[in-house]
Formats: sequence, structure tokens, C-alpha cells
Amino acid sequence: MSNVTMTVNGREVSGEVEDRTLLVQFLRENLGLTGTHVGCDTSQCGACVVHVDGRAVKSCTMLAVQAEDSAVTTIEGVAKGDELHPVQAAFREHHGLQCGYCTPGMIMTAIDMIRRHDGDLDEKTVRHDLEGNICRCTGYQNIVKAILAANEEMSGMREAAE
Amino acid sequence: MGIEGIGARVARKEDKRFITGKGRYVDDMVVPGMKFAAFVRSPHAHAKINGIDTSAAEGMPGVIGILNGKQISEDGIGDLICGWMIHSKDGSPMNMGRWRPLAEDRVRYVGDAVAVVVADSKARARDAADAVVVDYEELPAVTGAVDALKDGAPQIHPEAENNLIFDWELGNGEETDEALKNAAHITEMKIVNNRLIPNAMETRAALGVYNAAEDHYTCWTTSQNPHVARLVMSAFYNVAPENKLRIIAPDVGGGFGSKIYIYPEEIVCLWASKRTGVPVKWVADRTEAFLADAHGRDHVTTVKLATDADHKVTGLKVDTVANLGAYMSLFSSATPTYLYASLLSGQYAFPAVHANVRTAYTNTAPVDAYRGAGRPEATYVVERIMETAARELGLSPAEFRRKNFVREFPHQTPVIMNYDTGDFDASLDAALKEADYEGFPARKAEAEKRGMKRGIGMSCYIEACGIAPSKAVGSLGAGVGLWESAEVRVNAVGTIEVLTGSHSHGQGHETTFAQLVSGRIGVPIDSISIVHGDTDKVQMGMGTYGSRSGAVGMSAIAKALDKVEAKAKKIAAHQLEADENDIVIEDGTLKVAGTDRSLAWNEVTLAAYTGHNLPDGMEPGLKEGAFYDPQNFTFPAGCYICEVEVDPETGRTEIIQFVAADDFGTIINPTIVEGQVHGGIAQGIGQAMLEGCLYDAESGQLVTASYQDYCMPRADDLPSFKVSTTETPCTSNPLGIKGCGEAGAIGSPPAFMNALTDAVGHNDLTMPATPQSVWAAINGTTPDAFA
Repeated sequence: MSNVTMTVNGREVSGEVEDRTLLVQFLRENLGLTGTHVGCDTSQCGACVVHVDGRAVKSCTMLAVQAEDSAVTTIEGVAKGDELHPVQAAFREHHGLQCGYCTPGMIMTAIDMIRRHDGDLDEKTVRHDLEGNICRCTGYQNIVKAILAANEEMSGMREAAE
Repeated sequence: MGIEGIGARVARKEDKRFITGKGRYVDDMVVPGMKFAAFVRSPHAHAKINGIDTSAAEGMPGVIGILNGKQISEDGIGDLICGWMIHSKDGSPMNMGRWRPLAEDRVRYVGDAVAVVVADSKARARDAADAVVVDYEELPAVTGAVDALKDGAPQIHPEAENNLIFDWELGNGEETDEALKNAAHITEMKIVNNRLIPNAMETRAALGVYNAAEDHYTCWTTSQNPHVARLVMSAFYNVAPENKLRIIAPDVGGGFGSKIYIYPEEIVCLWASKRTGVPVKWVADRTEAFLADAHGRDHVTTVKLATDADHKVTGLKVDTVANLGAYMSLFSSATPTYLYASLLSGQYAFPAVHANVRTAYTNTAPVDAYRGAGRPEATYVVERIMETAARELGLSPAEFRRKNFVREFPHQTPVIMNYDTGDFDASLDAALKEADYEGFPARKAEAEKRGMKRGIGMSCYIEACGIAPSKAVGSLGAGVGLWESAEVRVNAVGTIEVLTGSHSHGQGHETTFAQLVSGRIGVPIDSISIVHGDTDKVQMGMGTYGSRSGAVGMSAIAKALDKVEAKAKKIAAHQLEADENDIVIEDGTLKVAGTDRSLAWNEVTLAAYTGHNLPDGMEPGLKEGAFYDPQNFTFPAGCYICEVEVDPETGRTEIIQFVAADDFGTIINPTIVEGQVHGGIAQGIGQAMLEGCLYDAESGQLVTASYQDYCMPRADDLPSFKVSTTETPCTSNPLGIKGCGEAGAIGSPPAFMNALTDAVGHNDLTMPATPQSVWAAINGTTPDAFA
């Protein structure tokens, strides 16, 4: 067993975990943050994507102890109070989800995708960069639409701020 | 109708919780004292169990109990059942072998559950399950249905000689043979409908809680139909009587059919909770889902199509062998029979159709309904052979189809179905126009200049939804009625709760059902709550599958609303001193038609509960229930056109465009309907291009048991689809709804394969058409089994 300490959604947390405990298990079982989902055992579906130190990471691919001293953001930490993140709002607006199971991972991936490309996104790039996230319900069409719309909105917000 | 009524593009009410991580799925549930189950599963496709040694596992850290098949038999838990009786054409009932929740003396597929370990963590349960030593005596196995029916094949169940479950037929055999005899042209094909694994993104899970003080069980489970689960567990499996068994299906992460069935695991979790005295949670890992979820499709068919000199089809003869796996799952017998052969007339006025279906046991996972269930298989047969016949006859595939369309309704097919309505020319025209079908030769020529092969193909599908008239399905062998129930409870302040037996696992019922009510009463959808998925809240229901929630579930709500409105009108008439027949409900008020006298909806609802001023003899309150039993199936139909470009150097296929023109009757929320079509097409293209379940024929091992080996459609495999609708309302239900959940998965595989075979220039291709098999088809070599 090991003791692990990290910052999750802006709060410092610690807990006792088996060495083999995955980050996703720590988030779900120790912290009760059940918005992060597990959809496979081979790190391919992306339902478990969170941000570790600002980058998208599959939390089933990382041990909890590896996240020691890191800043982790989960789907529960994305909105500012009642104000949805633009990516969250776009998923709702464009019907980018059905059963909702892959959605948290999709949103976390999308936020990171928009950051990495600095606003320079088109349909082909979005589809390519979603290769690590599987959705069985939507056929991806409205997810792609939502990400592109959020990208545009966030670019507009950045420009307005500059 | 109002801005939130029928036809409005309302954003979904349920989304807020899903986009903020507040969805509540089974694995998110925590109850005090909860422990975790791991199953010991057979690594062999077929073996005798000579003994189970749990001694090493029992002493491992955290282990609370290890239970096996003998114990579950001792406790009187019943066999798993198939709920639809099929009789062979000789009149004999289907040959159903026994399916125990935990195998006792023999395992019949890789993944068959043998024992369960309960421990204080998931990891420790898994560790101990790995330490259980089962003494297996391996037996020869067979995985393909055609092989299983051969003489000398390994015998899987004593009840089914030669592994034959039934040999069944439908249609007019003699007339079909006559048509073939007199045909001007016969087209013949061998068609394989590849086996698929459903892969809802949330794996199956169950949390069983036994309360000894109350002798009561609660099960949270990933079900599309919690009431059916309660009924079956109570009436057949002897888990507990219905009043002592509560099934809750909370947020469920997709189903596609695979969560209709009542599997061994949820029975075992409930039983194990009583045996061990602790709440027991099990969540399948993805490989368990691949191994032990009910698979789909897996048909091998030969088909002959007879045409006369005028290019009218005179007969269709189909011979199918269907693989039902190692055990007969809940609806497994209905899928390749009444849900399949009854659609073999397609959109066409075929005078004669005959289908013969043999089903076989094999040493593979059980096979049951998967998105479309029988109808994709039927559509694939009909639309592949219609396209092929048109090519053989040198006709335009569109015009050949048009020549044979049904145009007069109602239309009685030779295979049970009576189509109430449709306009097949309209959807064909819409799709041809959207796809610029006429411009295709120029695009093909342009592609050729670049060394690429272009192809175009279509499919004109029809399917049957809204299952189903209870009397009709009862006469065909169904063990249950297929009505739906609803209750509309109006609160004193005028807010409304709708309790429904339908279950939403992605379909958006919380929004669309509220839209129906909002349109009728004129109150905003935020003041309407949809309650579903809990047998303690909703009395009864048949659940969601077969695109039935709109056509059947919403019709039940409409019927209950009729009663609520009638009572509200009586109250309003009494208070306004008017005749109840003069009261109209509009925009949240009850008005006396043609006057300015009115009462607000919430004034009437409050009056219903104060009881101060009601008509003499009227009971207080405003709450009504209804059961709706469909009058007929509904018949969604449409035309899909696919255009592909193949790189002959690599065999890689790119979908250039995919056009869908669907007729779903009345549409409640176009955005949600489009989403259903997108998802269905993606699954259909997945079947046609990417997905294939493969068992090793000799060892019976599942080769495609993870996302590394089973190719799920990713975003960059697909284009954006062009979807539109035409509308001929269904005539057999009050709302005119036909259903939209499965059409995409039904219509798209033949459209894709017709396009691909057009590009390649011959028909020697099977699904999934991977780059390797396409390359082999172009280069005249034989591909490996979709390697």
C-alpha cells in the first residue's frame, strides 16, 4: 500500500492505495468522482480521459501513484459552478451525446484537442484526433460538430480577450 | 403544439447530468457493506467439468465466498429460458437444451460461467477467481452453424440431436418453386451475414442486495427492460416473487439489444447476496463483454430471385442457417424467424416468397437480437440480390426497384406482414437527388483518371417496428404480450410526472416524452418529469427494443393523457358552467371554445386536489394510467445511397458520401431522430467494413476479444452522413410514429456492399470488407477470414 497525494479539481486530496491501483480507480472509488468511466481494459475507448497537469490522459493507463503531486482535472471540475465549459455546452447544443457513457472522456479529449491545435481545427483533424475515443451511439457526426462549434466559440472568446 | 411540442428541435433535458459527470450508472452505485464478484469462466469451448478445487482461493485475502453451480441448483434457481417458442415445419417444438446460471457438469463456450468469487475488492475477487482450479476434460468443439449441423459434429446438448434447434419455414413454397421454374431469369447468391459483438460502451453490470429482515431483493442492473427482468427472474428463475424483487435500471450506457436479456450474472449476484449475506456488485470488464454478451447476426444464406421477361420479380426463395450459440438466449428463436423472414418481401410486391431457416447450437456465445434483429439480415439478403439482379439484367438498380415497388396500401405480403402505409418512390427520389446519382458516371471517370475505383450502391429497406400486437405475437409463439404501459400523474400545482414502462439508454425519452405532454397540455417541458427504469415506481412495462418506445410507449402515454384531459375538462366545465364538450386545452389553459372564459391548467389541477368544487360524485385527484396494445407493426422504410472510392494499391475503401432518406412517420424531435440515424448507419458501416467476430474454428477461442482485435468504427472511418426524412404517418397508432432506432443499421450494410462491389466490379466479397479482403478481391486471390 502507498499513500498518494494530488490535486483533483483544485482540491488537495490524499489516500491509501494498493500499488496496482489505477488513477481511474482512485478517482472513482476513493474520491467518488464517478463521472470518469471505464469502457475497456486496453486503453482504447477513452471513456476514462482526464487531464493530468493540463494534458489529456487515459486514467486507466496510469497508476494512482504516478499521479503523485500532479494536478488532475476530471469532468466534474470542468464547469465553473453553474456555468458550463463551452465544450460541454456545445455537446448539449449539437446533440453530441446519447447514452452519455463516453461523453466525459469525449469532452476531456475535446478540450485538450482545442488547446493543442490553438483553434486551428477542421473536420478531418477532429476526426483524426478522436481516434482514441470510441462512441457507439452517435456515429460521431454530432460530436465532431460540437467540437468544431466549441472551437469556434473559444477562438472568438480568445480574440475578444486579446 | 407550442415551441416544445411535437416536431420541435428541443435540446435534451437529460444532457446536463451527462456532460457534467453526474450520470448514475450501475457501477456508480454504492451501498453499505458492498462487496465484489468475479466470475470463473471456462477457457475451453467445450469440456466436461470433473471437479472444482477452491482450496487455494478460499484462503486468499479478502475472500468472502466462492459459489458454484451445484449450490445454485440446491437453492432451486431455475434454468435460463428462451421466451419465444418456435415449432419446426414438422410440428415439433424447438429443441432447447438446458442453460444453468453456473455450469455444473459441462461448459459449452469460452466464457461460460462456472463459479463466482465474492471478495472485498474487485482486484481481490479477480485474484481469487484466477486461483480457482477447475478440472476440465476437453471435448471437441464446433463454432460454425453449417459445420454444427453436419453428421458427426460434436454434440452440444442432449436435447438437440445434430445440434439442430429447429427447421422452420415461412411463406408460399410451392408458388415460389413455380415462379423459379417459369422464370425468365434467376439470380442466385450465397450470402453471409457476419457475426457481430454489440459493444455498448458501458459493459453489463449488476448490484444485488438481499435484505434478510424483509426477505427482499433489489438489483441495480444494466437493463433495457427492468420489468421483463423482474418477471423472468420471478416467474422462471425462482429468484423471488415479484413483490419481493425490485429491479432498477438507472442510467444505462447503450444497449443495442444486448441488454434486453436476463443473463446469468444478475441472477447470480442476487442469489450470492443471499448466500453470502453481503451486497454483491459485478461489473463486466470489456473482455468479459466480448465473451459473454449475446452476439448478433451470424447467418449463412442461399437465395434465388426469379424475374419475368418484363423484369418483374415473381419469386424469392431463401434458405438460411443461423447460429444461436451455446444456449438459447431470451429472444434468440424469434430473431432469425419472425423478425427475419417476415421482412423478405422488402419494399416490393413479390407474389411469392419462401424462407427455410435452420438454427444450430455451436460452441460460441449465445446469439440474440442486436440493433435491427433479423431485419438487417433480411434487408441484406433482399437488397444485395435486387442490386445484383439489376446488374445481371443490365438495368438501372433504381429503376429495377421502382418497377417492383409496392404502391397500393394496405399491402399484404406473402410473409405475414401487412404494410399499412409508405411511399417508396418518395424516399428513392429524395436519395437519388441528394446523392446526385445521375452525376455518378462523371465522378467515376474522374476517379479512374487518378487510378481509383469508384462505386455507388443503394438499398431500399423496409423494417417492422413497434412490436407488437400481443394477440398476434402470442399466436406466433411469444411468451409475453408486447403492449406498453404508462401513468400520467398530475400534481396539485400542475406539474406532471409520466411513469413509463419504456427505458431510455440513450434515446432521449426524458425529452421526447415530455414534448408529447407539453404539446398536448401546453406546459413547458421543464415542468414534466419522466420516470422510468424502476419496478417499484412504475408498475409494469415491456421495455425498449425494436424501436418500440415511440410507437408503443408514447402511444400508451397518449392514451393516459386522453383520460387525464377528459377529467380535467369535466372539472373545468363544472367550474366554468359550460359543457365539457366545449372545453379545449390550449397553451396551458382550459377554455370554453368561442368565449373568453377560461381556467389556467394549474387552477384546474389544484381544484382536482382541493376537492372543494368538483362535479358531484367525482373522485378527487388527477392521475390516470393506460395500457396500449399495438394494432399492427409499424413499417419504417427508406432509401440509402452509398458512394465509395477504393484504392486498388492498398484495398482501402473511403466512403465519399452516404445519403439516407427515411420515412419514420411522425417525428417528435428531428435532432434526436437524426442522431439515431447517424448512430445506426455507423453501426451498419461498422458491420460492412470493419467489425467481425471471429472464433478459431478448431479451438473455439474468441480471437476478437478486445478492442485491439475487434475493429470498432472510429470517427475517422466515417464521413458526415446526409440524412433527411419523408413522412407518411403510420395509420395503426394514435401518433403516426413508425420508429427510427434501427433503420440506420438495417439499411446501410447492403448500400455499402452494393457500392463496394460496384467499385470492385464483382460480387466476391463478404462483410466485413477489410482492406485486405478488398485488395484480395481486386487481385483475384482468396482472402483469409477477414484477417
